Amino acid sequence: MEMPVPNAAILARKEAIVARLRAVLPEGVIDDPAETRAYECDALTAYRCPPLCVVLPRSTEEVAAVLRVCHAEGVPVVPRGAGTSLAGGSLPTADAVVLGVARLTRVLEVSYEDRFIRVETGRTNLSVSAEVEAEGFFYAPDPSSQLACAIAGNIAMNSGGAHCLKYGVTTNNLLGVTMVLMDGTVVQLGGPEGEALGLDLLAAVCGSEGQLGVVTEAWLRILPRPEGARPVLIAFDRNETAGECVAAVIRAGLVPVAIEFMDRPCIEACEAFAKAGYPDCEALLIVEVEGSEAEIADQLRRIAEIARGFQPMEIREARDSSEAARIWLGRKSAFGAMGQMGDYICLDGTIPVSQLGPVLGRIGELADSYGLRVANVFHAGDGNMHPLILFDANSADGLHKAEALGFDILRLCVEMGGCLTGEHGVGVEKRDLMTDQFRPEDLEAQMRVKDAFDPGWLLNPAKVFPLHVSAGRRAAA
Amino acid sequence: MLRPTSEAELADMIRAARGPLAVGGGFTRGPRAEGEPLTVAGIAGIDLYEPGSLTLVAKAGTPVAEVERVLAEGGQRLAFEPMDLRALLGTAGEPTLGGVIATNASGPRRVQAGAARDFLLGMRFVDGTGMVVSNGGRVMKNVTGLDLARLLAGSHGTLGVVTEVALKVLPAPEATLTLAFGGHDPAKAVACMSAALGSPFEVTGAAQDAASGVTRLRLEGFAQAVAVRAERLAKLLKAWGTAEVEEGPGPWAAIRDVTDFATRPGDVWRLSVRPSEMPQALALAGGAQRLDWGGGRAWVLVPEGTDLRGRLGSFGPRAVLVRAAPATRAALGTLPPEAPAVTMLSRRLRERFDPRGLFNPGLSEARAA
Repeated sequence: MEMPVPNAAILARKEAIVARLRAVLPEGVIDDPAETRAYECDALTAYRCPPLCVVLPRSTEEVAAVLRVCHAEGVPVVPRGAGTSLAGGSLPTADAVVLGVARLTRVLEVSYEDRFIRVETGRTNLSVSAEVEAEGFFYAPDPSSQLACAIAGNIAMNSGGAHCLKYGVTTNNLLGVTMVLMDGTVVQLGGPEGEALGLDLLAAVCGSEGQLGVVTEAWLRILPRPEGARPVLIAFDRNETAGECVAAVIRAGLVPVAIEFMDRPCIEACEAFAKAGYPDCEALLIVEVEGSEAEIADQLRRIAEIARGFQPMEIREARDSSEAARIWLGRKSAFGAMGQMGDYICLDGTIPVSQLGPVLGRIGELADSYGLRVANVFHAGDGNMHPLILFDANSADGLHKAEALGFDILRLCVEMGGCLTGEHGVGVEKRDLMTDQFRPEDLEAQMRVKDAFDPGWLLNPAKVFPLHVSAGRRAAA
Repeated sequence: MLRPTSEAELADMIRAARGPLAVGGGFTRGPRAEGEPLTVAGIAGIDLYEPGSLTLVAKAGTPVAEVERVLAEGGQRLAFEPMDLRALLGTAGEPTLGGVIATNASGPRRVQAGAARDFLLGMRFVDGTGMVVSNGGRVMKNVTGLDLARLLAGSHGTLGVVTEVALKVLPAPEATLTLAFGGHDPAKAVACMSAALGSPFEVTGAAQDAASGVTRLRLEGFAQAVAVRAERLAKLLKAWGTAEVEEGPGPWAAIRDVTDFATRPGDVWRLSVRPSEMPQALALAGGAQRLDWGGGRAWVLVPEGTDLRGRLGSFGPRAVLVRAAPATRAALGTLPPEAPAVTMLSRRLRERFDPRGLFNPGLSEARAA
């Protein structure tokens, strides 16, 4: 992974910079190399680099104070939520200050009448839902890291989850933010009313991967929890048939809250690991619906009727919560199951749902050509694929080969009308593939937004834009 | 009137422009800006509709009516319920999909399903230098790169001229029922609507007519489910009165388009305020009032030339002028003043996307507070 050469002048001034940061943040600066090691990577552990130092402010004002110092010193800043990015979204550079929001965890306001919660962004995703659970509400985006991941990172990556088909992703559930620009200016974008009157700057900020500012507070939409939810499992002897069944369910006017797909390698791995009792089949769908008991029964009946038109090998309806849990058991243990089988990398491309069959076929051919195994789990309702590439980290070129296959699969997603990343973000991981999806003009337009918010190009360096594409701007800044 | 029939021709016209352009589709959604009119109506047509993927891709000049007709044939619809403002504003012309997106036009269902921008999957546009930009795509989950499509949604053409959009669409419901409660003042109406929207019954519209005191709640879905939900919702809300049940589409198109202000003289404003604070804002506002979005949006009709923002005090920055004489608009401004940092960022974006200041000058531009 190519990274910019660290600025030697900044490295040489480390002591002075740390002293200035301590002056504004006496209790929250970490510069001991043994301690900054904890911040050298996020969940993309293949790439590591200890930062210049780490700051952990406790308020928006402290974030602003820190950024004013960094701005004056010309020091790059890497914003960090909980460090769960799978794309290297908070990978430091040696000359950067890591700004962690982990100490910004307060709940600032809850309004059930206006259906929002306002929190500081270091708070974890799951604890937001937990805060409003007793009143029968929840926060909809539910990335699988929700126990650990922070709202700050969710906003930076526009995180999704398993229930996006019905509830949308972060951008659809984010009403407003308080954000600090690189020069220390505090700005509120959007708010509890949830409607932009002028330009919708909030829309540009959500999913901008820490390129535009540091988001310290957020107004999040909360929704009433449905009365119940139940899945049905449907097994098929062909991947294509499963894909056709998904399209038929959707065409019939049903919007299930989740439609999950697993292929044979994934089913077998999960079965060996979790023993969920899945049928022996090529492809299975788990379709979950919500509502009252009667509505659930009605929707499941409609889905089963549609599925029968596709000669399924089995339809297994959950009659109660323990059967529902068994159906979900295998799917939810998919990543753990793959971990048991060896090292893996997890991809995140999205394809048009209609291309499911052909894409899975092509992925199989690509995997064979690399001599690697790929298992597919898939949010089939929205086309977001998570192919898992198994490899041996102990072999000399194991990771390299797996990454090369991963790149080919993501290029395939783009070729079929999809995109490089559905919910994990670009970070450093997919940075150099951006020119496969976007023309130079498309990237130029995106970089202009960065120019407007962060003219000095100091925020989250070396992410999102290929280095050769941003070179001129970084040199001029 | 400039009327390009392709994106390339549009880009040429923009490059050749020597002065401001009044950019639009059917020009039905507000006053036309100064400058030579340019319409995207000639860049039209549905490129792709896949009901099984809930996806529609169409050129910006495609008439909204055509999109809605094609979706209806597939049993689907634009869930954000774009309004038709022709009656209210006294405009003529054919509303286009590009106009809907450029103004983020969203009707009563926004309270539950989201706004136009929430259904946007991708966009193509031409910037002020004639550069063609593609952003987003046609798939439902996509976090690849910065989101320019949503930034342009609601920008009234001031950052670029939209040429194509990809949208998520949703199934049309089998049945629609409306519960109507009488005798509500705004405070009672908001409390009733908040209780409804906080219930698990998926209320897809919550509006009140202050003149009649009628609060309406809409339920949509499979017939049997909707009937059961209506019964349970009425029971939950019995403290707010006895609900009358109206079957079928009901008056929601009229609520969406605010048609009952159409023939009445005066200026029309819209307010965007937290529902719990809306009764307070409306008490200050006076005039005739209509509530939508569970009380989060109000339409207010006041005598011509009224400085409603002045009356609204701390709610002033939440008021947008929708219909007024040019002199009033010039004096009061369409948009409320905004925070200086927001104005600075907006100005920098405009300078970068439209460096010659060609597109709809003055439209959708707020003054710094």
